[in-house]
Order: sequence, then structure tokens, then C-alpha cells
Amino acid sequence: MVGVFFLYKANAGISTEHDPKRMTQVAGRSWTDLKVTTRRASIPEGLWLGCPSCEKMIYRKRMEANLHVCPECSHHFRIGAKERVRQLTDPDSFEPMFTELRTSDPLSFVDRKKYPERMAAEQKRTGQTEAVQAGAAFIKGRAVMLCCLDLTFMMGSMGSVVGEAVTRSIETALDRDLPLIIVSCSGGARMQESGLSLMQMAKTSAALARFDDASGLFISVLTDPTTGGVTASFAMLGDVILAEPNALIGFAGPRVIQNTIRQELPEGFQRAESLLAGGMVDRVAPRRELRNEIARIIDYAGK
Amino acid sequence: MATTYQLPFEKSVVEIEAQLERLGADVLRAEGDGEPPKKEQTAEIKKLERERKRVLKRAYGELSPWDTVRVARHPKRPQMRDYIDLIFKDFCELHGDRRFGEDPALVTGFARLGSIKCLVVGHHKGRTTEEKLACHFGCAHPEGYRKALAKMKLAEKFGLPIVTLVDTPGAYPGMGAEQRGQAEAIAVNLREMSRLKTPIVSVIIGEGGSGGALGIAVADRVAMLEHAWYSVISPEGCAAILWKTANEENNQAAAVALSLTAKDNLRLKIVDAIIAEPVGGAHRDAAGAAEGLRKWLTERLRELKRFKPENLPRRRYERFRRLGEFEEVAAAEASDGG
Repeated sequence: MVGVFFLYKANAGISTEHDPKRMTQVAGRSWTDLKVTTRRASIPEGLWLGCPSCEKMIYRKRMEANLHVCPECSHHFRIGAKERVRQLTDPDSFEPMFTELRTSDPLSFVDRKKYPERMAAEQKRTGQTEAVQAGAAFIKGRAVMLCCLDLTFMMGSMGSVVGEAVTRSIETALDRDLPLIIVSCSGGARMQESGLSLMQMAKTSAALARFDDASGLFISVLTDPTTGGVTASFAMLGDVILAEPNALIGFAGPRVIQNTIRQELPEGFQRAESLLAGGMVDRVAPRRELRNEIARIIDYAGK
Repeated sequence: MATTYQLPFEKSVVEIEAQLERLGADVLRAEGDGEPPKKEQTAEIKKLERERKRVLKRAYGELSPWDTVRVARHPKRPQMRDYIDLIFKDFCELHGDRRFGEDPALVTGFARLGSIKCLVVGHHKGRTTEEKLACHFGCAHPEGYRKALAKMKLAEKFGLPIVTLVDTPGAYPGMGAEQRGQAEAIAVNLREMSRLKTPIVSVIIGEGGSGGALGIAVADRVAMLEHAWYSVISPEGCAAILWKTANEENNQAAAVALSLTAKDNLRLKIVDAIIAEPVGGAHRDAAGAAEGLRKWLTERLRELKRFKPENLPRRRYERFRRLGEFEEVAAAEASDGG
């Protein structure tokens, strides 16, 4: 057992780009990816993994079959947008949209690495072009406009492309008279596009005002983590707001708050359950219930 | 005249100013003794004044982005309440969000700009230590944003245009603020400001820190004072995340990378205009800065008065809808990238 645990630890840092501690929870690879990328087939890479919540060793396949939820303690692992779409929508019903959008580098942003290089590395690592998947779909037979942010791509941060995809999703929902579902998980507005990222907050929120004027139904699903500019714009503007259990939801990150107030934060602070208790979200919905929850709300409030 | 708070690039200016002050004191003393000022003294003063202006013009003409941030944070820089005193008349402050409390970091009230009756909304940082602490250095809580929106809805109801003055490092990152829904308060402001049927003009007068700034800046016309900054994150915050440590060198680099100056924001079409400051910055001449602000605000409010209030939200939406830069590839290429 110890040996297996070691192997898991060695593989834990899926991404080299981000703080490994923050990324270990991301189920970055599905089982099929794993088989393709593992050259030394004799090493059972990542077959087992330790649950960060109950610390039990769990069989990865079993966890994945359980919607990426720990079968022992119901810890919800972070998932990418493609997996989210697969979980939420009726089989083969998802029609991807706005895939023509590509990130440019309007600021010629350079930190320790150039923004286009950072993007290229993320694209290579994830096989995706940006941190969002949007499209028309069916959820339990109900037509919806679905937009999912992708945490596995640059921490799900919102730049011009994500903001545009969210805005177009809202506009499409308005044009086609569809309920709008946005699944959020994000580190916030993307620093590499600075002011333009900030403006996406205003753009998406203003689009939601029009959708609201047209009596459109917007169900916002908050997942772990939803922070910063995404929370402070469309994510908190749902007519109905659902949150996954134990999801971190807030404006400022816990570390920033801790540095400001210089005291320990209470247990469960900024977690879905405490937001529910504080009146900030409508329901905490376990992942296996999400489809049912969304369908039920559409039946009550959708057109 | 001399500033006690010395910015590194102002060193030579401060030396000249000290000399000027000494000379001025000499002249005054001589006058007190009934002696007229000596010719060479007046000539010297004139020369130094010319020199001061020249040096200031040069230093402020080529401020680095990080220096801009420092000027925007200068303790003597005019604040929202200074501008209220300088350019508005009969300010009638309105307090409280009617839900939780009163946030002194966000000030709202009726006022007159010349003959124009309006609602003024703005962040206030505070001057004295006591006031700064009460205002959390200009970092507003959810109750501040909710107060702002409640008063803006009043303005809409009574057909008053809205002027917002932005000056905040960011929304307050604290426990109470989070628990009372900081994110929700800002988000609702963004949505509701976009559909207020009354003219809104915003000016970033000092610091435009992220969502906390934008929370009162969804306007028909947005301007920045020349040495203000406006960005998604402060240079220190950005340096701490992307460079792993916030130190002088990284802050400078982050300030450059973030394109946070008025010129950058104008280029990116995030703001519509830059309001020039007096030579040497608003902290040297508050009245001069206020005059520029007054002029721009008056012109814009007169311009916006011509539109029907019910048409303003559509125009405002179009203004923000355009923002963002990206490319669009052909459909065939898009499908395999998805």
C-alpha cells in the first residue's frame, strides 16, 4: 500500500504550470488519456489515488465511474468542462458552439513567460483552445443552453474569449428562448488580459440584464472553486443558484483574506454549506443530483 | 507648496521647491523689515520657478506605470470629498443601504454641478488615520455597493443623472464582507447599472482596483484622470501571483504588463477619455485638477441629456458588449480545436 501511495504522490503534480497543491484535486486525465500517454505500461500510473478528504486510497476507475466523487466520503473531485458536459447532458445531445473563438494577446503580456507561450502550453497539455465549453444541449429531455467553465485550463480564468463565449451563450439562450445553465469554476478574471478581462464582468452581467428583462431562466451552478471576477459577475446572478457540496465560493481568496485580517478563518468559511446557511445560494446539490435538480427547476420556471 | 511625501522621481523637484521656500522666506522677512525684495532675489525665484516647471514637466511626461500607481496613491492627491467641495454645490449626503449598515468607504448624495442636479457616488479613502481606518482605505463592503445601487435607483426614479468617482484599491477582502455577499453585491451593481434609465458618467480619479472599482463604473461615458490607474488587479497582487513575490522590481514589471495607465486604457477602449492633470499631478494643484474634471463632467452630462433615458441602456450595453479582443477562425479549423 505504501508503494502505491508513493506512486500516486509522484504523479500528483499533473501540471507544472500551477501550484501543484491546488491542482492535485483536478482529475486532469481521464482513464483513456492515461492509457495513451503512459509509455511504460508496466507501471500502473494513477490506478489508485488518495482522497484528499477522507485520505482513503480509492480506485481511480471507481471514482470516475461515480462522477468523480469519492465512493467512500462523497468528496467531489474537480472536473474539467468536457467531463462536466458529459455528466450533465443527455448522451450525444451536446452541440458545441463558439469554438471559433481564439485568444489573442492584446496587451503583449509578459510575466515570467509570454502569454501566447503560456496559452500554447496549456493548449498542448489540455487539448483545448480555451477555458470554456458552450453549446446547446438536452438535460433529461429539456432543451438548454449550457456553458461550462474549465478549471483545468489556466484555472478557468476569464479573459476575452471566456467572456465572449459566456455572453454569446446568454444571447443564444435569449434568441432561442432556452433556459441558460452556466457551470462556474474559476480563479477569477484573467490577469494576462488585465482591463479587458475586467470588462468581461460588465459585459456578461449586462447581457444577463437583457436576458432577465426577457424573463429568461438562468440557473447558475457553482462548483469548486468559484472566486474573483467570475463570482462577482454572472456566477452570482442566477435566478436560482445551485452549489456543489463543499465548493469554495467567494470574491477574495481565503489567503488574501487571511493576510488582511491576520487571523485564522473559521472551519467551512466560504464553503457551499456556509453560503447556504448565510443565505447566499438556493440549494447545495450533490453531483449525482445535478441533472435532476436542473430539470426540476426548468419544469417550475422555464418557458 | 513643497510636498513632504517624496516620490523618487520627484527628488530634484523637491530640492528646487526647498530652495524656493527658503528664498521666499528671505523675501518675506526683508519685507517685514520694510525692505523691498532685491533684484537678484526676484530673478532667482523666477529662474527657479521656471526650472521647477521644466523638471516637473519632464518627470511627469514620462512616468513609468509603477510611478503612475504611486502618484495615484499619493497621500495628498485630491479625494472624492475634495472634488465634492471643489466642484459641486449643496452636497446632500445620503447614508445607509437599508439592509445592514452604513459604509463610509462609499459616499453617495445629491449635489449640483453648476446648474445640473445630479447624484454623486464615489469611493472615499480618508485623510486622517481615524478616517482611513473607518473607510478601510477606500475598500468598500457589500453594504457600500448596495447603498450605491439603492441611491442610483433613486436617481433613476427622479430623473437625475449619476456621476461616479472611482478611487479604490479594490473591494474589501474580509470575513464579514464575504459573508454578506461581496461578490453578489458587485455583480448586482454591474447588472443593474447596465439598465438604469438615466445618464451615468464615471471617472477613475485615483485607483481603479478591479471589481471594486467596476462596481460603480458601468457608465455611458468613462474617463480617467491622467495619473490614475485602472486594472483587473493591483501590480502587487499580480506580482505575488505571477512572479511569486511582490517586491519593487516585480511590482514594476507587473505594472508594465497590466497596461493600467490612462493611455493604455484609452487604447484598449476601456475608457473614452483622459482628463489632463496640472503639471506635476493633481496633488500639486487640486483646484486645477478639479477644473478639468468639472469641465469634462459638465460636457458629458449635457451631451447625454440629449438622449431619451429609455434608450440609454441599449447604448450602454453596446459600449460594453464591444469590449474584449479575440480572433475568430474558420469553422473547419474550429471543430477540431473544440
